[in-house]
Amino acid sequence: MKSIAELQAIKAKMQGQVGLREESSAATRVVVGMATCGIAAGARPVLQTIFDLVQEKGLKDVSVSQTGCIGLCQFEPIVEIYEPGKEKTTYIKVDAEKAKVIVDQHLVRGTPVQEYAIGSSSLA
Amino acid sequence: MQELSLNVLDVAQNSVKAGAALIEISLLVSTVDDRLTIVIKDDGCGMDKAQLDSVTDPFYTTRTTRKVGLGVSFFKLAAEITGGSFSITSEKGAGTTVTAAFVLSSIDRMPLGDMCGSIHSLVIFNQRIDFVYRYQVDENEFVLDTREIKDVLEGAPLDSTEVSAYIKDLLTENTAEVNGGKQI
Repeated sequence: MKSIAELQAIKAKMQGQVGLREESSAATRVVVGMATCGIAAGARPVLQTIFDLVQEKGLKDVSVSQTGCIGLCQFEPIVEIYEPGKEKTTYIKVDAEKAKVIVDQHLVRGTPVQEYAIGSSSLA
Repeated sequence: MQELSLNVLDVAQNSVKAGAALIEISLLVSTVDDRLTIVIKDDGCGMDKAQLDSVTDPFYTTRTTRKVGLGVSFFKLAAEITGGSFSITSEKGAGTTVTAAFVLSSIDRMPLGDMCGSIHSLVIFNQRIDFVYRYQVDENEFVLDTREIKDVLEGAPLDSTEVSAYIKDLLTENTAEVNGGKQI
């Protein structure tokens, strides 16, 4: 059994590092819909993928969180990105693959992925 | 929903919304009794009698974005189609307990799926809430208690790369040890 003792070592190592991210310093917010509709449509791997990539790439000013039903259940999984001074981007029918592209293009390079966003999709 | 672990993630969100400080999730597998039992217990705001009676009705919901609330109904149906049972008890101001029992060998029982993923998501994205996750397969068990983790961390965030990875490893390694690497 993996034990809690290993965590002591991890913590000791972390204390040596400076600049641990604080919640309030995050400028960009990524929000994933995690109500019944989102979960059933596959939001869990989307949330995990985005969270893991944000960690991996060390995007310190990005926070990842979850929310309830956004009200567009037929377009789930939905990912919303809020950036200060910009319009909110809503990505629809996201899967793990699209999530990787969104992190790369939008969060790392700052270019929203128009073809996954709701603005350019047919709402019919 | 194609996995029981997704139902758990979904139903546990109700406990989050109920303002719980502690959510206990137990997953008990007994091959002798041919039962898989999932219990989700919280100390949130609870429900009154009228609300409790309507909670498994798919056309009941507290949400305002649409008129159906399927989470609890899905979970109940998933248990009942295996020949199992479902119950929910609640007390206003004290908390709610949801219990779903499945016939383990039933062909209609959904696979458990990525339970570690569900628990990891709950723990990481609801840091203000304490979780106790108990996973038991016959005589083997492991317990993850986030209060112990938080005691060690002394305020350091759970969603840092190192701690998040530690929790994921803890869940997957101990799960594999308890179930002998067999998918349930």
